[in-house]
Amino acid sequence: MRAAAESRRSPALAARIRSGLSRYLVMIAVTLALFAIVLLVSGSDLAASFRGLFRSSFGSLYGLSEVVVAMIPLLLTALAVALPWRVSLINVGGEGQLYIGAAAATWGALSFPGLPPVVLLPLMMLLGFAGGVLWALVPALLRAAGTVNETITTLLLNSVAPKIAGFLIFAFWHSPMDTVKTANFVPAARLPAFFGSRIHLGIIMGGALLAAFWAFMKWTRWGLEMRAIGGNPEAARRAGIPVRRLLLLSLCAGGGVAGLAGMAQVSGFYGVLLLNFSNGLGFMGFLICWMAGGQPLGIVLMSFVVAVILAGGDVLQLTSNLPFAVINILLAGTLFVVLARPTLFGRQKS
Amino acid sequence: MTWLAVMGVLSSAIFSGVSLLYATLGEVVGQRSGVVNLGLEGVMLVGAAAGFAATVITGNPSLGIVVAMLAGGLMNLVLGYLVINRGANQLASGLALMFFGFGLSALIGKPYVGTRAASIPRIALPGTAYLPQRIASLFSFDLLIYLAVPVALLVWWLLYRTRWGLALRATGESVAAVYASGRDPGAIRYQALFVAGMLAGLGSAHLAIAYAMSWTEHMTGGRGFIAVALVIFSGWHPVRAIYGALLFSGAVAFQLLLQSAGVPVSPFLLDTIPFLLTILVLAVSGGGRRHLAPAGLGRLYSGRE
Repeated sequence: MRAAAESRRSPALAARIRSGLSRYLVMIAVTLALFAIVLLVSGSDLAASFRGLFRSSFGSLYGLSEVVVAMIPLLLTALAVALPWRVSLINVGGEGQLYIGAAAATWGALSFPGLPPVVLLPLMMLLGFAGGVLWALVPALLRAAGTVNETITTLLLNSVAPKIAGFLIFAFWHSPMDTVKTANFVPAARLPAFFGSRIHLGIIMGGALLAAFWAFMKWTRWGLEMRAIGGNPEAARRAGIPVRRLLLLSLCAGGGVAGLAGMAQVSGFYGVLLLNFSNGLGFMGFLICWMAGGQPLGIVLMSFVVAVILAGGDVLQLTSNLPFAVINILLAGTLFVVLARPTLFGRQKS
Repeated sequence: MTWLAVMGVLSSAIFSGVSLLYATLGEVVGQRSGVVNLGLEGVMLVGAAAGFAATVITGNPSLGIVVAMLAGGLMNLVLGYLVINRGANQLASGLALMFFGFGLSALIGKPYVGTRAASIPRIALPGTAYLPQRIASLFSFDLLIYLAVPVALLVWWLLYRTRWGLALRATGESVAAVYASGRDPGAIRYQALFVAGMLAGLGSAHLAIAYAMSWTEHMTGGRGFIAVALVIFSGWHPVRAIYGALLFSGAVAFQLLLQSAGVPVSPFLLDTIPFLLTILVLAVSGGGRRHLAPAGLGRLYSGRE
């Protein structure tokens, strides 16, 4: 009996692994093809650019470590989308939440430079989280009240947040030399880095939160209730699940995680708060989460793919003198393929 | 604060808001057929870049406008392929289109950063010829501004007074009903999306060729997002979209007034006004407008319903 069940399950599992593998291989092939097209159109040296891309991603330990560094904020912004997605909320506001989280964490770093790192870093994380929550609160309240869809409000607030951060930098925080960024953080306000690379503690934050998310959805009552709401909100409401409260909480928690991504960037990566530093990390988080179907492991894999694309963007900028924004074409092309092949890439939410 | 300065502010607010009206009208057409395009910002950017590049190359702004419209229409066809033929999720496809637009417009516009192009000629309002030059110049607008409201009425006529519009609106309400009546909902959505893209391209052409007269990356500055929001505010109605555009122009005017009056508010904060006002307006009016949304908005169509 049991053996029969096993044998029935294993071909399905093998098929899933095969389709999963083919998914990533197709995606990588498409990205490389697009990369080649962009290079050809701009008339640059194909072979040299590909060598550059390889060297800055898989080809060297340093390149690989830089890809991991680029993954850190993506893991968090993707989780920021995955959490509300479980209750069928679309959080496209990661970009804005990230900026406010970064600004809040910066305030902590600049206000309490004397604190020891064991106090200051958790405080900054808390502030970053709180900033993101704050930025998600208005869309969450409007949605819970049933007035405005969260998609449009989170999208609009993305355009507001960088300007608020810019205002704070310009009016209060800018360093004496430079008006587009704050003074450098004190070492106590920097997330520690490992292995002599730029990989910082943010990678553990991202990994731990993704693992916690997985366990939370699988094993807790709230996780079950959230899945129920995502499946059928009306049925969930009638079953006595506090739908509104969970909608509110999950969108705010998502915002908080995006805020943490902002904290990780300013504290771990830059060590200052820069004007317009994000370049779409929040949006990329949405696309990663979407391509991964909201699954934690998929988020890790897709973040890796996107981080390689980002490395490709740097190469394009250096070797071909193309604007960095051109990486968006590579990202979009990869996505178009995923979107256009729903049968190959599993189920889609309508 | 002189009367002249106030007039100047209003005049430039109109200039700034017209692109938004065209884009909103386009999004109304698209959403009436049941397709949400969150990538409108990217479509506008590509329209602006392509239109501006064509204007610089040919020296002919009219040709630039045509190119911008075609570019917008083609961008929307990409979305059409994904959501109509491949049955992809509309929101994700829209965001992918947005990314595509960010990248493509940067690539198209790169050689033209810092270039200036021939602008659309301005036509003075009749009767202002006798006024002093500096006042009369406030009343002279380009053709696209004069055409904005007529185009809104034209879109209304197309949607509500033609068979094509009836079929289009029916597609947004119930794909199955349209299919059962012997029409092809996919073709109707393609047409709607193409028209929507052309209108967005027209708006962005005005932005790049007549208003800014230059190309910079991200020059639409969130207008595409605001337009998507104003579609809700307008209750999916082309004529009410005019109020939405006026609202945006009003916000810009307020922003400019504060600036020219020397109120010490950071320009960073002033730039947030249009977005915050849009959210506020939606929060106040949003709940009451939900029933106006096309019933089938955002639904997948498989062709076998």
